[in-house]
Amino acid sequence: MLSPNIILASDVESSKPYDNVKPVEQKLSAFETLWGISALRKALLILALAVIWQVYATYLDNPLLFPTLSDTLTTMVDRFADGTLPARIWTTLQVLFMGYTIGTVLAALLTVLAINTRIGTDFLETMTAMFNPLPAISLLPLALIWFGLGASSLVFVLVHSVLWAVALNTHSGFLGVSRTLRMVGANYGLTGISYVLRILVPAAFPSILTGLKIGWAFAWRTLIAAELVFGVSSGQGGLGWFIFENRNLLDIPAVFAGLLTVIIIGLIVENLVFQTIERHTIQKWGMKE
Amino acid sequence: MMQATVSAAERIAPAPAKAPLLSVDRVTLRYKTPNLLITATEDVSFQVGESDRFVLLGPSGCGKSTLLKPVGGYMTPSSGTIHINGRQVTRPGPDRMMVFQEFDQLMPWKTVLENVMFPLLVARKLPKDEAEALARQYIDKVKLTRAMDSYPHTLSGGMKQRVAIARGMAMQPDILLMDEPFAALDALTRRQMQDELLQLWEDTKFTVIFVTHSIAEAIKISNRILLLSPHPGRVKAEVVDVDKVSQTDGSAAALERDIHNLLFSNEPGHKE
Repeated sequence: MLSPNIILASDVESSKPYDNVKPVEQKLSAFETLWGISALRKALLILALAVIWQVYATYLDNPLLFPTLSDTLTTMVDRFADGTLPARIWTTLQVLFMGYTIGTVLAALLTVLAINTRIGTDFLETMTAMFNPLPAISLLPLALIWFGLGASSLVFVLVHSVLWAVALNTHSGFLGVSRTLRMVGANYGLTGISYVLRILVPAAFPSILTGLKIGWAFAWRTLIAAELVFGVSSGQGGLGWFIFENRNLLDIPAVFAGLLTVIIIGLIVENLVFQTIERHTIQKWGMKE
Repeated sequence: MMQATVSAAERIAPAPAKAPLLSVDRVTLRYKTPNLLITATEDVSFQVGESDRFVLLGPSGCGKSTLLKPVGGYMTPSSGTIHINGRQVTRPGPDRMMVFQEFDQLMPWKTVLENVMFPLLVARKLPKDEAEALARQYIDKVKLTRAMDSYPHTLSGGMKQRVAIARGMAMQPDILLMDEPFAALDALTRRQMQDELLQLWEDTKFTVIFVTHSIAEAIKISNRILLLSPHPGRVKAEVVDVDKVSQTDGSAAALERDIHNLLFSNEPGHKE
């Protein structure tokens, strides 16, 4: 049958017994499996840092400058129990969500305009070039004059911090959608808004998500900073004001508790919210670089 | 139901009159680069009939891929017309499904099944269960039943191209346009894909225009070949009854040699 030049491996005596071959799939050891979980590695890092904090602060023994972790945590628990911190967090988050939502919606409108018309592109490019380098917080004095002491000033500043980051990333994401996918979309007869929603948005989703993450980070920092400058709106301030207030009272463990809360909320949003979205979208789709 | 009557009508209607399914009539294509106006093809005419496996073959620069774009509706010819079933082609549409060379033609956010179903839902407006049944049937045909619910990034290049072919065929288009679909595959996979494409054709007798720069691939796949010469692309010859030649008695090799000589006859070292 076969040409004589071909020697089958099963005919060769020495390669006949296959029982010395290891199974193709081998289980990893328990340690390797655990070490592969990035959340676990990060948790260990945080634990190590916490221990360092506690040891150093105890050694320093100066609660006015650097309270221990246990003091900070006790204060935090107290402030949570008496309802101060939850109320402050709630105030901050309300403003944040309003600003973030308005900013994202505006960014979506601007980007859709930009990909459909040339003048829209020019507008978006000029505006992002102008406003992206301008720290949102620097608009706060102006916002205070325009909108007064209140949530609307904060929302204005937040919108500014979210809008350009999200718009810029979404637009560059749209521009980066491969020509082939665009042609596929056109092949199906998709046009206008259904083309944008069914082809461009999912194809550009990695960039859009990056934009949303950057926008969130900008917004969070900007809001805390803005609240430090003025916090009292209709009788109650947010987290930033909580920090500022307690510094004035020289209640340094409470300042640290406030800062820790800011960090924890930041971590929760970054690691739970955005990573969950990422896992269920671009990671599942293999679109993450 | 509807699609059954449509395909039946297609099968009956053009046959007696022998009217071509696709006719490309004296088409000249030009495109602009920032400082040049380039003529890609000049005065190209050809006709594709029902169930033809029509190959556009030529060296790079002959505009064979460019020629597929106006047929797909992505480009308007500078002169000449393109008709499909008597209708003039003006824009892309699901009656001409494209299969591209690039692997990223699949939507990474959809599974294999969803990728094949998607055009059925949005372009043919089939109900969901009907679309799913049709999609499953064609995924079975390209032997990807096991990868039905996988995302494209987990597939090999050959499997991705199979999905793209299944997606194109499931739409039961008037004509399938394939732009060097196997060019990015390794040699072994390419041979396997060519065999499978022929099997699929035996199954459903779809009409296909296939662009390639491989003479061997053209001879293996086609029943008619249009040879194009480069700079700008012009029709050099048409090869008919390609499916009559056989690999075993050497006639395929002879045809390959003839085509090679024809394509490179103007170049030094390739005297006929």
